[in-house]
Amino acid sequence: MRLHIRGGHLVDAKNQQDGICDVFIADGKVVGLGQAPHGFSADRLIDAQGLVVMPGIVDLCARLREPGFENKATIASETAAAAKGGVTTICCPPDTIPIVDTPAVVELITQRAQQAGKARVVTLGAMTRGLEGQQICEMLALKNAGCVGVSNALRAVKDTLVMRRALEYAASHNMTVFIFSEDPWLRRSGGAHEGPVSTRLGLSGIPEIAETIAVARDLALVEATGARAHFCHLSTEKAVRMVARAQHDGLPVTADATIYHLHLNEMDLMDFNVDCHVKPPLRSQRDQAGLVAGLADGVISAVCSDHQPHELDAKLGPFSETESGMSTIEMLLPLGLRLVHDKKLSLAQLVASLTFQPSQILGLDLGHLSLDAVADICIFDPEKPWLCKKSELLSAGKNTAFDSWEFNGQVQETILAGQSVYQAIKN
Amino acid sequence: MPVHNRKGISAKAKDCMGYRDTLQLTPEKQLRHFLTIEGLPRSVLVDILDTAQTFSTVGEQAVKKVPLLRGKTIVNLFFENSTRTRTTFELAAKRLSADVLNMNISTSATTKGESLLDTLRNLEAMQCDMFVVRHSRSGAAHFIARHAPQHIRVINAGDGWHAHPTQAMLDMFTIRQHFGEFASLNVAIVGDILHSRVARSQIHALTTLGVNSVRVIAPKTLIPKDIESLGVHVFHEMIQGLEDVHVVIMLRLQQERMSGAFLPSTEEYFHCYGLTEEKLSYAHADAVVMHPGPINRGVEIESSVADGERSLILRQVTNGIAVRMAVMSMAMGSYQAPRETK
Repeated sequence: MRLHIRGGHLVDAKNQQDGICDVFIADGKVVGLGQAPHGFSADRLIDAQGLVVMPGIVDLCARLREPGFENKATIASETAAAAKGGVTTICCPPDTIPIVDTPAVVELITQRAQQAGKARVVTLGAMTRGLEGQQICEMLALKNAGCVGVSNALRAVKDTLVMRRALEYAASHNMTVFIFSEDPWLRRSGGAHEGPVSTRLGLSGIPEIAETIAVARDLALVEATGARAHFCHLSTEKAVRMVARAQHDGLPVTADATIYHLHLNEMDLMDFNVDCHVKPPLRSQRDQAGLVAGLADGVISAVCSDHQPHELDAKLGPFSETESGMSTIEMLLPLGLRLVHDKKLSLAQLVASLTFQPSQILGLDLGHLSLDAVADICIFDPEKPWLCKKSELLSAGKNTAFDSWEFNGQVQETILAGQSVYQAIKN
Repeated sequence: MPVHNRKGISAKAKDCMGYRDTLQLTPEKQLRHFLTIEGLPRSVLVDILDTAQTFSTVGEQAVKKVPLLRGKTIVNLFFENSTRTRTTFELAAKRLSADVLNMNISTSATTKGESLLDTLRNLEAMQCDMFVVRHSRSGAAHFIARHAPQHIRVINAGDGWHAHPTQAMLDMFTIRQHFGEFASLNVAIVGDILHSRVARSQIHALTTLGVNSVRVIAPKTLIPKDIESLGVHVFHEMIQGLEDVHVVIMLRLQQERMSGAFLPSTEEYFHCYGLTEEKLSYAHADAVVMHPGPINRGVEIESSVADGERSLILRQVTNGIAVRMAVMSMAMGSYQAPRETK
């Protein structure tokens, strides 16, 4: 299939492209930019006038729920939702059942994703066996099976010595460690940020120091071991400053924020809004502003969906009895565009944080549209208004706090390695 | 982020628009559910107190009944054990001539949201009119109110650490009965504020009714973060906190607080925060003592204080029935639509 994307506004962070430029695609790759290569004739012409053409989104964290939680969602359902959201590469954390601590599970996920064919799916391997924080995994075997890094997902490695050895071992095999830093003792059974809202609602609070103490420990370990680390889902302004300081000191650390932490804060929990039960918790307005500022000045170099689809029952109950997590992958780009619209971020910065920068964190040659690059492309209408309705989400998880939000900007077409995997219905 | 940037209605915007009230109040500002004091206007609280006043003599009549809720079925849905609160709700319902069904549902680890909802569906099918709910999780009454059909009224009889609005209202009733007004009073709440739904509801009720000041007195381990945002002053030293206080409300100290590093021992707690005759002498000369019960003698309060002439503790219990009658009849009174519209 040879494609000619005509007249679109190409935004490509790696090549600093930000203007009208035609894109020519053949055999799943970019073969021409601006001018068609000699003798090129397109099978299909995509009229992208008035639209933005960007590399396909690379999502650092989305749960597809398969294997183990097929009652919530499947790789097929969630990769279809991803395609609708302009996401072409998904990185899954290892907390499936069975846990991704053996090559067999990696292969299973890869196979299912290939069958579905809607998105490229890569996985993180478990850092410790069963994510139990005791015995380190066969990281090299996981790497050889295709894992792009290791992580203990949302489970803390309590034992500092195990954490140290895991980082040392990962560094020996040149693997990036993805760390979700949270002190398990300070978290206890908490479900909401410890602050005025948790006090009002009588919810057990997770203090800010649950994050900062754990980030401090893990930064010290990174410095001592020389491991390359990525801090997942920062939620506090202080943690952003700590990571900024470490980057300034030359430590090989990166960080991401979830799209919903950039848009919501503890106030959204009022009235026990169970869709806002997430991990890490939505924190104060100051923290929210600190994350946005951290993204704008580059300390936070990637924005992820942290997509967590749930079945209806998972969210039916009193707040603390519900499961945490939000279905977000279809709102990742529109919510990002809202930051651009509010002048918190330039379009080029947004695209960088959704494409090239996360793909660098994963060590993948994706997220850019250079000549010969893989033709993963997202084409969106930056102005198109639409109303988000839970019921219309393609994801099997309808658990979103963004129900009835109005957005400007909608994906029109998603192309995965030169093949169209999603097209919006024209009206 | 400012609310106006969000075109969708956010929780924040909803809150500003009085969304909370649309769950608890009808468009005519009548009580529909009674879930929390927070967000209710002063007029509704005063209404409850005034209505309770009219019921307060029912218990002294030869026939202790009024026919207001005849033919209505009220279900006491207790997911957490409680004899006292359940009994007063039961008495209140019976004095209103309603039929009462008591259900004690244990909250085992396997009891999840689905079964809670299933329980509700079953009860709805039995054509009940009101649920009085107690649950160990904060937000349980909100959850039930949101998922119950239109005609069912929900009264919160205590949810987790969140709210116990009828307890707070009976305390307000008792305070008004004694002092006749609120504006000049200083009130101190002493003890485990962190885990107390009673304290949270009392604070909202006291600030809404406009007392002069509300103080909370406890060690830092038992004070929830940013409690000042509810309009209270925090004290860690009891004698200092009691100065010029008219109402001393003592909270029950659960034995389990001795684990989990909240407190070192009951002895040290009593030494610092237990209410003794001696400590009470630092309060206002007219000060009264209240306690939501059941009291731990020698842990948070000395027997001579609990049984002393300044204690209103037993009057609180008596008033509990009238206040619950008021809340039940008011919530049910706002119900007008015929049942067929379910």
